[in-house]
Amino acid sequence: MSKKSFRQAINEALAQEMRRDPTVIVMGEDNAGGMGAPGEDDAWGGVLGVTKGLMPEFGRERVLDTPISESAFIGAAVGAAATGLRPVAELMFVDFMGVCFDQIFNQAGKFKYMFGGKAVTPLVVRTMFGAGFRAASQHSQCLYPIFTHIPGLKVVIPSSPYEAKGLMIQAIRDDDPVIFLEHKVLYDDEEEVPDEPYTIPFGEANLTREGSDVTIVAFGRMVPFSNQVADKLEKEGISCTVVDPRTTSPLDTDTILECVADTGRLVVVDEASPRCNMATDISALVAQEAFGALKAPIKMVTPPHTPVPFAPQLEDLYIPTPEKIEAAVRAVAGA
Amino acid sequence: MQLSREDLLKAYRDMRTIREFEDRVHDEFAKGGIPGFVHLYAGEEASGVGVCMNLDDRDKIASTHRGHGHCIAKGCDPKGMMKEIYGKRDGLCGGKGGSMHIADLSRGMMGANGIVGGGPPLVCGAALTAKTLKTGGVAVAFVGDGGSNQGTTLESFNLARVWDLPVVFVVEDNGYAESTASAWSVGGSQKKRAEAFGMPGTEVDGHDFFAVYDAARQAVEFARSGDGPSLIHVKLDRHYGHFEGDAMTYRADGEVDRLRQERDALQIFRTKVSEAKLLEIDQLDEIDAEVKELIDQAVAEAETAPPPTEADLLTDVYVSY
Repeated sequence: MSKKSFRQAINEALAQEMRRDPTVIVMGEDNAGGMGAPGEDDAWGGVLGVTKGLMPEFGRERVLDTPISESAFIGAAVGAAATGLRPVAELMFVDFMGVCFDQIFNQAGKFKYMFGGKAVTPLVVRTMFGAGFRAASQHSQCLYPIFTHIPGLKVVIPSSPYEAKGLMIQAIRDDDPVIFLEHKVLYDDEEEVPDEPYTIPFGEANLTREGSDVTIVAFGRMVPFSNQVADKLEKEGISCTVVDPRTTSPLDTDTILECVADTGRLVVVDEASPRCNMATDISALVAQEAFGALKAPIKMVTPPHTPVPFAPQLEDLYIPTPEKIEAAVRAVAGA
Repeated sequence: MQLSREDLLKAYRDMRTIREFEDRVHDEFAKGGIPGFVHLYAGEEASGVGVCMNLDDRDKIASTHRGHGHCIAKGCDPKGMMKEIYGKRDGLCGGKGGSMHIADLSRGMMGANGIVGGGPPLVCGAALTAKTLKTGGVAVAFVGDGGSNQGTTLESFNLARVWDLPVVFVVEDNGYAESTASAWSVGGSQKKRAEAFGMPGTEVDGHDFFAVYDAARQAVEFARSGDGPSLIHVKLDRHYGHFEGDAMTYRADGEVDRLRQERDALQIFRTKVSEAKLLEIDQLDEIDAEVKELIDQAVAEAETAPPPTEADLLTDVYVSY
């Protein structure tokens, strides 16, 4: 056990699985770094730094730099997964899914069903998402609801370094195609993370806080925000449960419903655009399955239905903040 | 030409099986027995068979929406295919894929593909697997002239080159992307496109099995020996429309009748092998009769096979969930 950043936790998961299983490869733009350049041997591990150190240990045959051709290399990762490798492909920003989405949702996500169950596609697509870096409209989106919509894909959103390592090892060992979403603001967060490999199962929510008055369901960076709110309001006598579902597909609906049954109040915090996102999905679930348990209308905390703005003043207004979560919790608690 | 008698008989049998299969699907579709969208490969047999005769169990192919011929050429079971096209439970894909998604990974057939240009990136991945695991395998991407204009295909040319992958790109140019002439829709030439990406490119007459076979043999050997990707531009014709039900108003009067008479791959093969005294016409006629019987059986079995059940709706989405 030692203190590791979110970035280091994922890096360690990749390295440990590559040591364990020779069919695990990683690929992406600059994943080794410097291919064909004068400083080729001084691999920098990509813009995210998550793959740093892998090329020196595993070589360029298993740590592949790619041209900027997401359709080709994400598709190649799909084809490699269907024929015997376990590729972990980095789609640098999830916003770039627009240029390779066919390979993810029409190919990887459908092989198993279309081919009558005979295909196995153990693919991981790692990708950075989320607002907060002044990166503007094409480098800041969440987009996980779009992947969640596709049968055949699994969708993972770690909320801390510990979660990231265990979920990444699970993703690599999983036999289905997995979209693994890394919030860019979390990369430097640190916490105690076991040195040895471990897995966290998909579809099992984590209760980061347990309380009796309000259930907060949150994803990714919204989990630490919600924890912060729960800790503050606890001192005022408003006791919150915070549910981190960890995966949006599969979704641990049982735990969400049990928590709502206990508290009778629900706030869903989702950094994704507000139409057809996880907040609407979970609100519909609870309205349908647990309406009788509700003591107050459900509240959703989301950004507005706009692209992510650039100007710091605007982006700060856009992002769901602890203050907005707190206001929603107070509203449902009638406090 | 390095083909044995057995090879020639197999080549003819595979081509005849594709022709008979497709002609029958055409007829049965018109009668209303087959659901969905169907795109037929009749007329293009020499390409799929000429290429796949050079492949073995290590090798993978990815196909197009016009995939029946590639499936048969790569060894998929025609009866299982017919049941799949009819949407039956023991079809090759359990009735969940249909004509546009027939696959048999155990035969190295990575699927017909409903997305034009869907296959080339997948083939780069299959070739990467072969290279990484050192299986000695090669991977072949079949695309049409329409698919040759997709970004996925052109990106795959580049990726296969820079990763030095054992890939053969086979552009089957039947003259029409749906109804749009390839003469209009393809900028430059396929051969020069290949050369621009640093790969050898060749152009062959796709009505001539032997021309395709020779070009593919060189390309497969090139890939297998570690020299990387190459491209074959196969010029051929399709006997039917883009899809079944296509009135083909875009084709010239008498065009299809003429090409069936003058440029039929099976007829050209028969003439060549009999004139060269490699095979007897009687043997070929015998194969024709056997294939007809096989396809008759395939249709009869497909018609009476049970459909999937309600329980099948929910299976095969995930390995675990």
